[in-house]
Amino acid sequence: MGLLRKTLFFITDYVTYVARGGAKFYGWLGFLGIFITIWFYGSYVQLTEGMIITGLTDQVSWGIFLANFVFLVGVAAGAVTVVFPAYVYKHKALHDVTVLGEMLAIAAVTMCGLFIISHMGRPDRLWHLIPYIGIFNWPSSMLTWDVLALSGYFVLNVLGGFYYLYKKYCGEPLNKKFYLPIIYIAIVWALSIHTITAFFMNTMPARPMWFHSMMPIRFISTAFAAGPALIIIVFLIIRRNTKLWIEDSAINLLSQIVVWCLGIALFLTFSEIVTELYHPTEHSHGLQYLMFGHNGLNNLVPWFWSSLFAMIAAFIMLLIPSWRKDQTKLQIACVMTFLGIWVEKGMGLMLPGSIPTPIGEFTQYSPTFLEIFNSLGNWAIGFAVLTILLKGAIGILLGDIKLEKQEASV
Amino acid sequence: MTNKNTPQIYDPASSPTSSSDNLIPVKEIHEAGEPASPSRRKALKKMGGVSVASLLGTAALMTNSDEAQANIEWAEHFQSNYRLMTEEEKAKAVARLEKRYSEEYGKKVTVDTTPAQEGVLFGYALNIQKCIGCRRCVKACVEENNQSRGDQEIEWIRVLKMEKGEFTPEKMNEGYPNDYGIQVGGNAYSASGVVLEGEHYYEPEKVPDEDAFYMPIACMQCEKPPCVKVCPVRTTYREPDGIVVVDYNWCIGCRMCVAACPYWARRFNWGKPNLPKEEMNPNTHYLGNRPRMKGVVEKCTWCVQRTRKGRYPACVEVCPVGARKFGNLLDPESEVRKILARKRVFRLKVEANTYPKFFYYVD
Repeated sequence: MGLLRKTLFFITDYVTYVARGGAKFYGWLGFLGIFITIWFYGSYVQLTEGMIITGLTDQVSWGIFLANFVFLVGVAAGAVTVVFPAYVYKHKALHDVTVLGEMLAIAAVTMCGLFIISHMGRPDRLWHLIPYIGIFNWPSSMLTWDVLALSGYFVLNVLGGFYYLYKKYCGEPLNKKFYLPIIYIAIVWALSIHTITAFFMNTMPARPMWFHSMMPIRFISTAFAAGPALIIIVFLIIRRNTKLWIEDSAINLLSQIVVWCLGIALFLTFSEIVTELYHPTEHSHGLQYLMFGHNGLNNLVPWFWSSLFAMIAAFIMLLIPSWRKDQTKLQIACVMTFLGIWVEKGMGLMLPGSIPTPIGEFTQYSPTFLEIFNSLGNWAIGFAVLTILLKGAIGILLGDIKLEKQEASV
Repeated sequence: MTNKNTPQIYDPASSPTSSSDNLIPVKEIHEAGEPASPSRRKALKKMGGVSVASLLGTAALMTNSDEAQANIEWAEHFQSNYRLMTEEEKAKAVARLEKRYSEEYGKKVTVDTTPAQEGVLFGYALNIQKCIGCRRCVKACVEENNQSRGDQEIEWIRVLKMEKGEFTPEKMNEGYPNDYGIQVGGNAYSASGVVLEGEHYYEPEKVPDEDAFYMPIACMQCEKPPCVKVCPVRTTYREPDGIVVVDYNWCIGCRMCVAACPYWARRFNWGKPNLPKEEMNPNTHYLGNRPRMKGVVEKCTWCVQRTRKGRYPACVEVCPVGARKFGNLLDPESEVRKILARKRVFRLKVEANTYPKFFYYVD
């Protein structure tokens, strides 16, 4: 059978498979659909009225859109915690489900793109960034590095993931000379996306809270805690709802990665607190505002402490091997890790970076309802993409869709 | 120092002997801020700033329709970055803009494209000893540069009121820990000496306040501008005469520059700017005070529409105490150069290593 014909069969089989599902599947997509519908309205209002519908100001001009973006870059990078042990340490159980990690990365990068577009004042001028027809200020602008890193990562994962699925569908062996380089490049690339996202914030002396060399490693460590935490939850959902059985050893290894990376992240947080607060200079105002507030302005204080508490509690829970292996406790710890780091990246890092302003003005920021709904919509689109990608991938891994069936019917 | 009452005009061609030909009578300068009037148009013609493109724009004014307006906006979507445009494309872009602005604001609007003048590097000096915090500069700037008004007011200049504070004898023995010698205490937690963060929302009955001094800030027109480096599409850049400008039609609104500026000098048009027709200044520059659209960044340009034609920035002109000085840094006879040579001068946030061309000084 010709390549074109096989590809056509792959696409039609894939699409028909993911479109069909049970009540739970449609219920979930319908639930996400509610948020996506509101998102359409919210995005329309934001496009026509401008960013004025957000709670952002000249004082705090980066808000929850960019905070979610930064967090999701971490989740995308976190997918490498599945790929790395599978291909570098030949972990059998993870090797079998590597493609699921790649699907998660694709969905996370999609959300990153959506949040960037939500953040932009002129999304209609996005093409100005495209080399040749626009101006791409590379290598000066860190944002252009981030564009390269994320689009490269997206391409690598689409290529690696769908090539694997296609070959599995056809029942053919993988061409290792093609496939393995993609995998190894993607592993290094995953580190680069979050490193560059850290660089794009921490290379600005105007923002002393971000302006330190610890940011990239802290980003990586939180990413490798939040990413696998989400993957564990997704794996457990898959185990419960599909015929695909993901081995305990895979989940076990991921939970160990979560606990160590979470430990490193906490250590770095404490290092920062001690360094900044032992002799607090003007540059510590952001952290002080975050932790204790400033003359009654204390929007962020509860967020900081609850995030820290969630991360410490999750760390302690996961440290105990018997707890780590208990599914219920593991899930609770993973949810706490995920939410704790989400808060830490947003309310704990993005916002206090702008408070106070470079001239020392304390301005509080709270997102508007439309801003929150547009963010929820971006998440909903991302989760819908993730659900569909995972469903197709699982179908192929299980052998529900394969070329043989087409051939048999022909 | 110079006489406060007659505005001294530096020579853009950098000839050491400043010629009085460039001097514009104070009366006409004041007219510039007022709604269009026959005398205003006359003044425009006299200045010779009307380009061919702007004449085309006026001709197009006669045949205005909603469709034409939509076509203009459509064409604007596809125009290139200002620096990449050929002269012909620039003329077209200017004609489009002049037509759109003239229709929108109901008066003849010109969009100037005068480039940086040879041998001119602009510099600014501000005497903080003289500043009384009246904020006339802030107002003049908004009127001149077509910023958004009302509840979305955008101000490029902010005047920081710096409180002097005081030391009190009551606190001499206070502090902690108390037992074996105080480590932190005394007047450490009260406003003693100069409080570093200024307050720029002050609303006094009278200025100056006896317990404060004033420190106006705006764009410092850095020689090493961090905002320019971070811009992903090079919509903001440093012109040869040292002014950092923004091509409003190319800005994607990512606000990297807003975050990167150590002086909080950049402003964003969160919504559609609110610029009343009657208050609109029709004498504009492409890289300066032409009306902005929603979703783009703007900042002080040292009134590029004025200064490239040998006039002072609006803030310099309006300052009642002569605290603001402006001129050509390459001209040894210019006022700023003399200030740099003779006064005690400092720049703000030198640790940021941005090399501002905005200097503060005391007599």
